[in-house]
Amino acid sequence: MKLLRVKPGHGEVVLAEGDVAVPEQYSELLETFSRELDAGMWAAVPTSTRSGRREAELVRSFEDVPTDAERVIFFPRAAGGR
Amino acid sequence: MGLALGTAALVLMMLLSVLALPHLKRLLGLAHRRLSERIRIRRLGPVDEYDPGRELRAEQRARALLRSCVNEEEWGMYRELGFLRVRGTLEAREYAYLVYPHKPILAYVPSTNDILGEYCIEFPDRTRPYGSTRLPDSDDVLAKWMALTADERALIEQANLHLAGRQIRVAKARRDLLRLACWERERGAASLPRPARAEGLARGSSLPGDGLRLARN
Repeated sequence: MKLLRVKPGHGEVVLAEGDVAVPEQYSELLETFSRELDAGMWAAVPTSTRSGRREAELVRSFEDVPTDAERVIFFPRAAGGR
Repeated sequence: MGLALGTAALVLMMLLSVLALPHLKRLLGLAHRRLSERIRIRRLGPVDEYDPGRELRAEQRARALLRSCVNEEEWGMYRELGFLRVRGTLEAREYAYLVYPHKPILAYVPSTNDILGEYCIEFPDRTRPYGSTRLPDSDDVLAKWMALTADERALIEQANLHLAGRQIRVAKARRDLLRLACWERERGAASLPRPARAEGLARGSSLPGDGLRLARN
């Protein structure tokens, strides 16, 4: 699983990468995930339906991330624009 | 006489100062915030300077990420037309959004091409890694797409709703809808496939409120 974050002037950055089945890597992923959420980021997991339609799922805790998810994308929280 | 006038003047001055106090506090707060922001930006150093090469590389990365998240049709739409269409799922009636980079999300009715309104939403990165809060164009589209497909209601409630034409000219929106129709005809694509969630709504359930605009209240 990869934890990515989109950033101004950079595009995506890989924050952490690992296998959730490996305890050390799980803790690193969990720590990074919590840090980003605490920093006010939103986390989304891109998914695809059986019909081939793509969509995303917002996750609010690491437990919500599907175990087979390949990546979680962090992006800044939405704010009403002008 | 002099004493009375002096006292009156004193009282008047006190009253005025009491009245002006909140205003002064607000001005001081604003000045303090601006000063702190300037100092912070200055401390960030030369990396803040706009670098077109860096921005181009960022946009290329962002496009690759967007491409990996959306399907072939959506990617083709964005690459060729410059926007994505996302189907609305909050109501049984058919409506959709056009998602532009760094512009409001435009809601419209596909069957009539009626434009419902503009949802102004931003994804500002307060950490300003290169002095700007602005994501690359394709990352902005990706953020809107992810938020819309994951939790449309939350995003719409967060957005500021404006009448059509405020930021995206109505003529441009209509032209884009025509371009989209032509593009779909050329591709022979089925117009606006219905997602599973919308099918569920259309079959029976009804939502409170009448119309897309009420969905945010």
